[in-house]
Amino acid sequence: MKMSGAEILVECLKREGVKHIFGYPGGVVLNIFDILYDEKSLELILTRHEQGAVHAADGYARVSGKAGVAIVTSGPGATNTVTGIATAYMDSIPLVVVTGQVPTSLIGNDAFQEADIVGITRPCTKHNFLVKDINDLAKTVREAFHIATTGRPGPVLIDLPKDVSAGSCEFIWPEEVKIRSYNPKYEGNKWQMKQAADEIVKARKPVIMAGGGVIISDASKELKQLAELGKIPVTMTLMGLGGFPGTHKLSMGMLGMHGTYCANMAVQNADLIIGIGVRFDDRVTGRTKDFAKGARIVHIDIDPTSIKKTLEKVEVPVVGDVKNVLTGILKNLKESKEQWGAVRKAWLAQIEKWKSEKPLEYEHDAKIIKPQFVVEKIYEITKGEAVICTEVGQNQMWAAQFYKYDKPRTWLSSGGLGTMGYGFPAAIGAQIAKPGATVFDIAGDGSIQMNIQELATAVINKLPVKVAILNNRYLGMVRQWQELFFNERYSHTNLDVVPDFVMVAEAYGAAGLRAEKPEDVEPVIREALKIKNRPVFMDFVVDWKEKVYPMVPAGAAINEMIFGEKKDKKRKFDSSELKIA
Amino acid sequence: MKHTISVLVENKFGVLARISGLFSGRGFNIESLSVGETIDPQISIMTIITRGDDQIIEQITKQLNKLIDVIKVIDFMEVEHVEREMVLIKIAPSKNDRPEALRTAEIFRGRIVDSGHKTFTIEITGDEKKIEAFVELMKPYNIIEFVRTGKVAIAREGVKKISIKNDQ
Repeated sequence: MKMSGAEILVECLKREGVKHIFGYPGGVVLNIFDILYDEKSLELILTRHEQGAVHAADGYARVSGKAGVAIVTSGPGATNTVTGIATAYMDSIPLVVVTGQVPTSLIGNDAFQEADIVGITRPCTKHNFLVKDINDLAKTVREAFHIATTGRPGPVLIDLPKDVSAGSCEFIWPEEVKIRSYNPKYEGNKWQMKQAADEIVKARKPVIMAGGGVIISDASKELKQLAELGKIPVTMTLMGLGGFPGTHKLSMGMLGMHGTYCANMAVQNADLIIGIGVRFDDRVTGRTKDFAKGARIVHIDIDPTSIKKTLEKVEVPVVGDVKNVLTGILKNLKESKEQWGAVRKAWLAQIEKWKSEKPLEYEHDAKIIKPQFVVEKIYEITKGEAVICTEVGQNQMWAAQFYKYDKPRTWLSSGGLGTMGYGFPAAIGAQIAKPGATVFDIAGDGSIQMNIQELATAVINKLPVKVAILNNRYLGMVRQWQELFFNERYSHTNLDVVPDFVMVAEAYGAAGLRAEKPEDVEPVIREALKIKNRPVFMDFVVDWKEKVYPMVPAGAAINEMIFGEKKDKKRKFDSSELKIA
Repeated sequence: MKHTISVLVENKFGVLARISGLFSGRGFNIESLSVGETIDPQISIMTIITRGDDQIIEQITKQLNKLIDVIKVIDFMEVEHVEREMVLIKIAPSKNDRPEALRTAEIFRGRIVDSGHKTFTIEITGDEKKIEAFVELMKPYNIIEFVRTGKVAIAREGVKKISIKNDQ
């Protein structure tokens, strides 16, 4: 059957199982939007900025496990997607982003709203395509979804010139996708899996370090089995939160720059690190040459480039899908006659000691709201069952520390790129993917202003997203660094004029609530939870002096942590001691 | 350590940019790069000369393999192989020096591909050492222009060969 390019695109999206698209129209995508106008089975959610569209598609993907889809116009529409695409790329999130392009005859002419988006996004997409011939369109869309969702997932961009979407050709749906140069390895090498199991049997002080790969590969069950069978304590990276129950006895919480004392000490004293779906990035390892010095390393990841990228030595690399590899290792381990309880007794006792020595804590205050208290209350009231999105900075770290994530796909945060403005549109995407869920965005007063326009999107779609703004009138994390490492010289981190978030919310038709005293926190959260038909901004006026602790200064080893004033005397950190990474 | 890496890629537009962008974006260096079609016009082959310690070279080959358009990567460090490069060199020796310059070119199996009143252009093929030695000897003869193709490499018989078919 002969179809137009726009019709082919929409037909392909339907056949790929897409139900929701996030987008923003413009000149060269008019043909596509015209087809979408009558389309009943595909809902287009109009965001108020293209960056919002991509983050929303990203949030949708993280919660649902399916590829998120965004359609935008050429030029500025396309360049506005770059931050969203780079965010998804760093965190391995499957997206298909369709950008309009000027007609092929005008490409390269500096035409109106022309941007070389394929060139611009080459380093931040898993792959991208410029469709020059309409006969390639269906195949390209099929390949884009295949590439985005298989192997280590990631964003794929399709640049679609106007004459291609306006043109017509015979529609042929490629039943099979086969790309000869792309064959991700799902099965782990048998010998290496055996080696990994042997390492676990030999180890006396093992630690599992679980990352985002556990969630992507849907391997929480296997991870739990492994930890429980081998009695191995587990720490999660920021991306791995939810991959292993945060309330589990073997959980040590997050590790790294703002990780728990216990997790960091355990890693530094371990004799075996089992890295599962992690990439050992600098926020986790600290100074690499002093990272887990006494440990042998088993590294499981589907992406071979992750292995030995930052660490010099990895004793047992296993390339493959985490779920399959863990299943393989478990099979080997079950044959072992090891008396795990006896073998691990001393190590687990040491872990408990570290846990009780310096737990995550803050000093509660009767007069002023502590930001950590807000996160704790949200945890308590939602019973840990909400989907939590975050912005970036202190809000993100407190949300990681003081909320326990028991299930995968309930924690959405820009881990790799650290994108302020991610959380709110991501929460919108998450709410659309899971209409029944309670979705929070834990935000700062700085970050929320980076995509605050999406209030309109949430209002018009009646999305009850709850935005908890930890309002300290500062760019708190940067201010924290200035306080600790730059002699309290607060260069441009005081936001001075912060809008009245209650009024902003109300101006958009959303609900606005404010808490100024600790006793207001719980009623405000409960009130917000009652609102089911529109978004809520909760403005929590918090103590601006609060800092995220523990903290490993950049360039330090992860056992070189600084703590809050309460336990240790506040130590002025001399930045000259450090080799800043 | 210097490595010669062959990369078999889909012959599509933008592939060269993907490869060179990977090197620049990750801070790897390229000493020379040559690209050409293979017998199968859908496939191109790139020969890249790069430097780095083992960890860097391992990353380079893995990162190259990760690109969707890359079909196969071979590090010739691990393979018995033959390497060749071609150079065109234009010299303007003095009248007295001309016979000696021509003799030197002959010893190196150079070919005179152009000759004028004042200049000769010599074509020379060989491995890196030979070319460097020759260029050194030509220096006294007033080198006016100098171009080189960049290296190409091929495996010797009986060792891992670069197949143009996909090996899965």
